[in-house]
Amino acid sequence: MGWRLAAFIGRRLLYLIPIVLVVTALTSALGAMLPGDVAVSMLGTQATPAKVAALQHQLGLDLPLWRQYANWLGGLITGDFGVSYRTGEPVLSAIAQRLPVTAELMALAELGALALGVPLGMLCAARRDTAVDRLVTAGAFGMLSMPPYLLAVVLTYFLAVLWGVLPSSGYVPLADAPLANLRSMALPVLSLALVEWPPLARVLRSDMITTLRQDFVLMARAKGLSPLRILFVHALKPSSLALVTVIGLNLGRLIGGAVIVEVIFGLPGIGQMLVDATLTRDFITLQGGVVFVTLGFVLINITVDMLYAVLDPRVRHGSA
Amino acid sequence: MAAPEAVAVPAADTDTARPRPRGLPWRLYGAGFWIAAAWLAVALAVAAGADLLPLPDPDKMDLFARAQPPGGAHVLGTDALGRDLLARVIHGLRVSLAVGFLSPFMAVALGGALGLWAGYRGGRVEWAMMSLADVLLAFPPLVLALVLTAYFGTALINIILILGLLTVPAAIRVARAVTLAVAQQEYVTAARALGASDLRIMLREILPNVIVPMTAFFMVAMAVIIVAEGALSFLGLGVPPPMASLGSMIAAGRNNLESAPHIAFVPAVAMFLTVLALNLVADALQSRSDPSQGAA
Repeated sequence: MGWRLAAFIGRRLLYLIPIVLVVTALTSALGAMLPGDVAVSMLGTQATPAKVAALQHQLGLDLPLWRQYANWLGGLITGDFGVSYRTGEPVLSAIAQRLPVTAELMALAELGALALGVPLGMLCAARRDTAVDRLVTAGAFGMLSMPPYLLAVVLTYFLAVLWGVLPSSGYVPLADAPLANLRSMALPVLSLALVEWPPLARVLRSDMITTLRQDFVLMARAKGLSPLRILFVHALKPSSLALVTVIGLNLGRLIGGAVIVEVIFGLPGIGQMLVDATLTRDFITLQGGVVFVTLGFVLINITVDMLYAVLDPRVRHGSA
Repeated sequence: MAAPEAVAVPAADTDTARPRPRGLPWRLYGAGFWIAAAWLAVALAVAAGADLLPLPDPDKMDLFARAQPPGGAHVLGTDALGRDLLARVIHGLRVSLAVGFLSPFMAVALGGALGLWAGYRGGRVEWAMMSLADVLLAFPPLVLALVLTAYFGTALINIILILGLLTVPAAIRVARAVTLAVAQQEYVTAARALGASDLRIMLREILPNVIVPMTAFFMVAMAVIIVAEGALSFLGLGVPPPMASLGSMIAAGRNNLESAPHIAFVPAVAMFLTVLALNLVADALQSRSDPSQGAA
């Protein structure tokens, strides 16, 4: 199994190379289409042409586009994502500084979504076609139609403005004050988690219904095991294949949601960096950020596929 | 974008084993469907005929009537600059629906044709097409939309093209998946045995079977794209101001949540109802197109 899994991961990683090449070549070309000159905007319009030319030379902007891209790509291989033209900060250190915020946001949001989606999905499966099931399904349907930015506004209004239980802005670093950090993350996390649970509950419900019809569940019931024990210990794992896929898809969507939520609540994460870079046309930062996010996205998908192999022996042994 | 892909693999609802209780749930579902369809029809009609309605100018500021609550001279109140919210919501819906209709249309036409071709031909064509779709799908769509709008500018046509293009890979996948299933049917083999050309088989035998799932995909894509357009304009990368758009209206309303929450809530409710209605209709279409889920 070890061999097969290694080959599987290797193939996926190889697949990543063309993706990253296509994507960065695209961003690079788009960057060159930008109106305005980077050197001019760095030095101001008062700068002499000689100074502008010198800076252009220093930044390598006088080279043909393909050389600029090749240089940048060469740097990428050695871990050099380039230096922001606007702030002079190395892109990689900007990413490293902001990654923990985004990672925390996404992890907490997905955990929150699981904490809601898994019990609700199981509840619906166990009590299917009852009023509870229909109520949860209707609620899930409503939440599916609620984009995170909309929910963020609603939650801010009730929890921060009206009741004043949670702060609506002001990020506190985790290392400074863990509790205050969690409080400052509460609204952003809720805005994402409340939107992400419905697909989890939905797939778990339908897989669980199938599992509960299996003989081994009947057997467990006949042995007199408690319904909760059957649900959590016996039925959850075999019902969680589609759930894992949806978690992967969710995490992918969470990247998009995190961008907006970070901007709304002023969290200094990767998403806000991307939006800032976009609005200020800081395309080296944008390019680096996009490469990083794409890598993360692909790695999440690989991890999900691996989990799939762990959960389902048929996938692992290639006899599906 | 990402979510419409879910259509490709309709959650296997295994409710068929036990007959669904007839009567009430069916009627509830039916009522929801019709209310949703009615809301969509009204929204479409109002958005399309916005210029004919007796509405105030959506961009006209009245500094003496800023942040008026609903009721009174302005039915839904005014925003922080004294602009009529009803007129702005209707004009915002117009942008949302224009983007939400044209982008998926483009995606379904282009992606549907490519996916059908890929699924029918198989081999290299399929491999190339699916690789292309995978490359595009390996990219967080909202981030890509953000980058592309920043580069190409935020004119309405750009937003329509960008969001449409980003939906093509998902459309390719759905169309291919359906085609693969249909192409194995006996009537396709029969048509081939009768000497029908590939083009004829694709258009006459396969296309009619792909259209219904693609319609459901279209509705879901519409909802997703309306949300995405709202996200872009929420971030200030949507249609340029002062043009009203639901996303930018919600974003602007955030600054007045304390004193005048209706400024954010009026466009928020309009967007929620529209997206909900689209999802309800898509759901109904999907269960109708899949007989294994019981007659809807």
